[in-house]
Amino acid sequence: MLRKAIALAALGLAFLGSPALAAHPKPVERDVAWSFDGPFGKFDTAQLQRGYKVYREVCAACHSMHLLSFRNLGEKGGPFYDPEYPNSNDNPYVKSLAKDIQVPDIDQDTGDAITRPAMPADRFPSPFPNEPAARASNGGALPPDLSVIAKGREGGPNYIYSLMTGYRDAPAGLTLSPGQHYNVSMNGDLTSAWKGDHHKVPPGGVVAMPPPLAAGKVTFDDGSPSTVEQQAKDVSAFLYWAAEPKMMERKQFGLGAMIYLLFFTVLLYFSYRRIWKNVAH
Amino acid sequence: MSGHSTYEPKTGIERWLDTRLPIVRFAHDTALSFPTPKNLNYWWTFGGILALMLGIQLVTGIVLAMHYVPHVDYAFASVERIMRDVNYGWLIRYMHANGASMFFLAVYIHMIRNLYYGSYKAPREVLWILGCLIYLAMMATAFIGYVLPWGQMSFHGAVVITNLFGALPIIGTPITTWLWGGFAVDNPTLNRFFSLHYLLPFVIAGLVVLHIWALHVPGNNNPTGVNVKSENDTVPFHPYYTVKDGFAIAVFMLLYASFVFYNPNVLGHADNYIPANPLVTPAHIVPEWYFLPFYAILRAVPDKLGGVLLMFGAIATLFVLPWLDTSKVRSMRYRPTARLYFFIFVLAALVLGFCGGKLPDDPVIFQPSGLMLLDADINSFVWLSRVATLYFFAYFWIILPVLGLTETPLPVPESISEPVLSHPATTPAGAVASPEKRG
Ligand code: HEC
Ligand code: HEM
Repeated sequence: MLRKAIALAALGLAFLGSPALAAHPKPVERDVAWSFDGPFGKFDTAQLQRGYKVYREVCAACHSMHLLSFRNLGEKGGPFYDPEYPNSNDNPYVKSLAKDIQVPDIDQDTGDAITRPAMPADRFPSPFPNEPAARASNGGALPPDLSVIAKGREGGPNYIYSLMTGYRDAPAGLTLSPGQHYNVSMNGDLTSAWKGDHHKVPPGGVVAMPPPLAAGKVTFDDGSPSTVEQQAKDVSAFLYWAAEPKMMERKQFGLGAMIYLLFFTVLLYFSYRRIWKNVAH
Repeated sequence: MSGHSTYEPKTGIERWLDTRLPIVRFAHDTALSFPTPKNLNYWWTFGGILALMLGIQLVTGIVLAMHYVPHVDYAFASVERIMRDVNYGWLIRYMHANGASMFFLAVYIHMIRNLYYGSYKAPREVLWILGCLIYLAMMATAFIGYVLPWGQMSFHGAVVITNLFGALPIIGTPITTWLWGGFAVDNPTLNRFFSLHYLLPFVIAGLVVLHIWALHVPGNNNPTGVNVKSENDTVPFHPYYTVKDGFAIAVFMLLYASFVFYNPNVLGHADNYIPANPLVTPAHIVPEWYFLPFYAILRAVPDKLGGVLLMFGAIATLFVLPWLDTSKVRSMRYRPTARLYFFIFVLAALVLGFCGGKLPDDPVIFQPSGLMLLDADINSFVWLSRVATLYFFAYFWIILPVLGLTETPLPVPESISEPVLSHPATTPAGAVASPEKRG
C-alpha cells in the first residue's frame, strides 16, 4: 500500500511538471473543422479547386511548389480529378490549366532558352530564377517552397490558416523594422523587440510576407464569397492536399487494414483460448 | 539446440536431407517443439513482435532503397517522390518510419521485462549481452536512418550527434572528420550513412540469430524466475506460443496500423519536412522520442565530454548488469523491496525521456510571477534530469548490488507448476482472462 502511494505521489509530481510555461506567449492558433479531419475525412474537391486558384493567382507570385506537376491536379483525390481520365495527362481541364502557364525550356533546334505553355507533365514553374532573386524581391526574406509546408509546420493547415488571418496592426511598444509585419500566429518570440510591460509580451511574431489575402482578391468560379477567411481556408486545404496527396487513399486502405487486423485478432484470441483450454498456467 | 529432438522425418526427401543437412530438424526443434515454460505472460510476447518488426524494417527498407537517392540535392525530394509517385510508396515509407518507433517501443518493453524478471542473471548473461548489442546496433541504425531523408532535423541532429565524438580529447577531431568524410556533415556523410544504414540491419539480424541460439541453450526464463524442473512445467512452443504470440502480434499491429494510416507523422518532427539547410539552425533540435532519455542524460552534465561519457556510461552499465545485481532471486515478484525501486527506476527513465524533449532551462513547475517557491535555476528541466540521471545510475550501481545482499525475499515456489496449480490468483499479470473460464 505504502509502496503504491509513493509511486503514485512520484507520478503525480511528474505530471505537475508538465504545464511548464514558456517565457513568452504562444502564437495564436485557430482550429478549423476540416473536411479531411478524422479517420474518414475526405478532401472537399470544390475547396481544393478554389484553393488552387488562390495559390495560382496570389501565392505563386512569390512561392514555388517544385514538387508538384500539373498532372497531380488531375490525379485521384486531387482538385481536378475526373474518373473519365484515369491518366491525368489526358485530362482536358488539367491540360488547359497548364496551358495558361509559361514554363522555361530549351529550343531543341537552336539551343536558346525559351518559354512555352506548360503541359500536364511539367512541374509548377518557380516565380524566381534563383534564391538571390527571390530574396531581392522580398526585402531579403526567402519565400519558402510550399510543396510540403503543411507538413513542415507544427499545426499544419490550422497554422497556415491562422497565419493568413493573423495580421494585426503592431501594438504600440513593438518596433518593427521596415518590410516586417506583425502577425499573432507567426512562430516567434517578440520579447527582445517589445518595449512595453515585460509581462505582457504580445503573442506571435514578425513576418516578412505582406498580408497576401484581401477580400475580393480572387473570384471563385463556384460563387463562394471571396472573404479573407474563405480564401485562407481554401488555400490551406489546397496546401494540405499538396503535402499529403495520398491521404484519402491512405485512410481508405487503412480502414480495410484495420478491419482485417481486427478480425484476425479476434480469431487468434479465440484460437488461443481454445488451445490453452486444458493447460493450467 | 539443447540436445533434445522430437523431429521425425516423414517423407523420403526429408530423411535424405536429414542425414546431410538437418535443417528441417533444426527448424522443427527451434520453432515448433521447443519446450517452453507454460506460465509465460504477455510480457513475453515482445520477442516475437521484435522479430516481426525487424522483418518489416528489412522488407520496407529494401524497397525504399530502390527509389531513394543518397545525395544532398536529391534525398529530400526522392523521399517525397516515393510518397507521391511510387505505387504504395506512401505505405512503404510510413511503415518504415513508424516501424522504427514501434521497434523501439517493443524493445523497451522487452528490456524492462528482463529487468523485472531478472532474465539477465545466470545462466543468461550472454543472452542479455547479445540483446544489449542488438539495442546498440538498433540505435545506430535508427539514428543513421533518420539522417537519410535530409530534412532539417536529419541534418542538425547529425551535426549534434557526430559532434559528440569531437568532445573526446585528442582523437575527437580525427574521429569526427573520419565519420563525416570531410570537415562538415555533407554529401560524403550522407553517402556513407546510407551504406551503413543498409548494412547494420543485417548485422542486427545476425545478432538476433545468436540471441535466439543463446536463448535456446538455457531456455526461457519465466515470471516466477525458477528453473524448469520437469516436462510438466513446459509446453511445446507450437501451437501454444505461436498462437499466444500471434494474438499479441495482431494487437500490436493494430497499434502500428493506427499510426501508419491515421497519424503517420505524429511521432516525427515537423521540421524534418523542411529540406536541410546548414545555414538555418532549428530553434529546438530534438532527436526521435526513443533517444530522449539519453539526450536528457547528455544535457544533464554541464561539461560536454562529461555528458558524452555519462551517456555512453548509461549504455555500458547495461552490459555489466548481470554482475551488478547480487540477488539470487530472479523475479521481482518475490523481491518486494527491489520491486519498489524498480518501479521508481521505470519512472526515472520516463522522466528522463520527458526532460529530453524540453528546453533545459524551462521551468518544471509553473510559479506565478512574484511567488518564488523554488530558485529558477533549480526549477528547471536540467535539474530534474540530473535527479533522474542520478537515480538511473544509482539503481544499477548501488541499489541492485546492495539490495541483493540486504533484503529478505519472499519464499520462492519450488517449481513453475507449484504456484500455477495451487494459487489460481497468480495467473500472470496481464493475462486477459483466466483460462479456466472456457475459450
Ligand atoms: C509578396 C510575396 C508573397 C506572397 C504573394 C505570398 N507570400 Fe508567403 N511568404 C513570403 C515571404 C517573403 C515569406 C518569408 C517570411 C519570413 O521569413 O519572414 C513567406 C512565408 C510564408 C510562409 C511560411 C511562414 C513560416 O512559418 O515561416 C507561409 C506558410 C506562406 N508564406 C504562405 C503563403 C500563402 C498561402 C500565400 C498565398 C495566399 C503567400 N504566402 C503569398 C512572401 C509572399
Ligand atoms: C533495424 C532496422 C531499421 C531501422 C530501425 C530503420 C530506421 C529508419 C529510420 C528511423 C528512418 C527515417 C525515417 C523517416 O523519417 O523518413 C529510415 C529511413 C530509411 N531506411 Fe531504414 N531502418 C531499418 C532498416 C532498413 C533497411 C534494412 C534498409 C534497406 C536495406 C533501410 C532503408 C532506408 C531508407 C532508404 C531510408 C530513407 C527513406 C526514408 O527516410 O523514408 N532501412 N530508416
